[in-house]
Amino acid sequence: MKDITLGQYYPGNSVLHKADPRAKLVVTILYIVAIFLAKSIYSYGAVVLSAILLLVISRVSVSVVLKGIKPLIYVIVITGIMNILFTTGKTPLFQWWIIKVYPEGLRAAGLMVIRIIVLIMGSSLLLTYTTTPIALTDGIEQLLAPLKKIKLPVHDFAMMMTIALRFIPTLLEETDKIMNAQKARGGDFSSGSLIQRAKALVPVLVPLFVSAFRRADELAVAMECRCYRGGDGRTRMTKLKFAARDWFLVIFTVLFCALLVTLNIYFGPAQVVVEAVV
Amino acid sequence: MSDAFIRTENLTFAYENDEGKEVPAVKGISLEIKEGEFVAMLGHNGSGKSTFAKLLNMILTPTSGKIYIDGRDITADDMTEDDMFDVRRKVGMVFQNPDNQIVATIVEEDVAFGPENLGIEPEKIRRRVDQALETVGMTEYAKHAPHKLSGGQKQRIAIAGIIAMRPRCIIFDESTAMLDPLGREELMSTIEKLNREEGITVIHITHYMNEAAKADRIVVFDDGQVFADGTPEEIFSYPEPLRAVGLDVPQTVELLFKLNKMGGNFNLKNISTEDCAAVIAEAYRKATESKN
Repeated sequence: MKDITLGQYYPGNSVLHKADPRAKLVVTILYIVAIFLAKSIYSYGAVVLSAILLLVISRVSVSVVLKGIKPLIYVIVITGIMNILFTTGKTPLFQWWIIKVYPEGLRAAGLMVIRIIVLIMGSSLLLTYTTTPIALTDGIEQLLAPLKKIKLPVHDFAMMMTIALRFIPTLLEETDKIMNAQKARGGDFSSGSLIQRAKALVPVLVPLFVSAFRRADELAVAMECRCYRGGDGRTRMTKLKFAARDWFLVIFTVLFCALLVTLNIYFGPAQVVVEAVV
Repeated sequence: MSDAFIRTENLTFAYENDEGKEVPAVKGISLEIKEGEFVAMLGHNGSGKSTFAKLLNMILTPTSGKIYIDGRDITADDMTEDDMFDVRRKVGMVFQNPDNQIVATIVEEDVAFGPENLGIEPEKIRRRVDQALETVGMTEYAKHAPHKLSGGQKQRIAIAGIIAMRPRCIIFDESTAMLDPLGREELMSTIEKLNREEGITVIHITHYMNEAAKADRIVVFDDGQVFADGTPEEIFSYPEPLRAVGLDVPQTVELLFKLNKMGGNFNLKNISTEDCAAVIAEAYRKATESKN
């Protein structure tokens, strides 16, 4: 339980690790847009290639990425099945009872599955695997800084995120302790129906919540003792630097989006190409 | 005006309990603490020592009475918010639970939290953080995640976070209570170092007599009032009244005290079993030598 860390940062020294979190945030958003821009079979190819390229330059091991995709396997499978079942076309490939499978459905499913996998790979390689949680919160805070002008509590939001990240391991450890204490007194968490198991968790959650509130109270006092008074007048020890590398990353991604749009225009949507093959 | 760094005059504080009744926690305490002093505060639970400490750095506001910090009346009406934060910077506080006072996910980021709040330039913060980590001997852990450290180490990080703000006085509010014996020892030597080498005024609230014995002065609290105030030797010379307010005198001190009553001449500060045995052995050797 102790080793669970949100964000799954994968320590390394690659270009992506060194890049400014703000650049990575912008690039991730652009990259997601790019994935949804892909229409032709060629642009899909470009998207898949880019994901592989990211994997290579981040030097994150393939097994780590596969582990990241694994928990979402049901989402991917269900999306695929939905696409097969609910896409209609001209002539069904085969028919059974009320189920009609069209070649268009298979195509749509295949493309959708590729899209989701690339989406997970791209966003995790660009952000979570290569950026520490604290750098990520800093990046978000500074990117959203203009919103302070319309009185949005950007700093408070970032501080909340930092504290939440800080307390995840602490609270997990505490959950472990409470569960052990309940087990020692005959609590049973691993047998019985789903409802029984859920019920067994109540005596764990109640003390956990009580303690979380107590912790919050103590932390607030400790923060006040350290002169915390919100974001106004606060400086940072480490300043983020937007280097040439980061500009290059952003420009490259913009060019990549442009490439995808061009590919769409020249080769048309994927359907046409695949239909020609069929 | 005296040269006291902290001075309270007839300080009282009452809080409201669940039934809405006013419950006095601090009942008219007048106390002076000099700059550079190492004061231990003893007292059983609910004796008002923690409440008193929280009044000193404006976490709580007194019901009546005056508090002077560095000559400034912090209960005055003209105290601005900036003045309040100045008091909190001068009088730092380290709490009991090390987990609940660490804000960031990286040790050095957490130490930087205080100076960042003070609005200090990044380069200076860097220097202060490095110095603070060195003072508490945690430099090699600068990039570590706090939740993977031991209790004693976490507590030293918390201290580094306070000393990075360059306080004049640090209050340790039962900071050793949740630590194992080893962590407690680590922390006590850090506290002593801060007091002796950096000249920081230390107020150490504790239940442990052997920690209190290391202080220059012990203040015993009972029922919201100062029950006794003096050097460790003076305080330990009266074990009976200490027991009456729920404090236990260590067995070693009691033994020495009884020996003194029988005509011995032992320093009651020899509180650890080893020291106690050593002084008794020494006295015994001398006594037999003079007989021969």
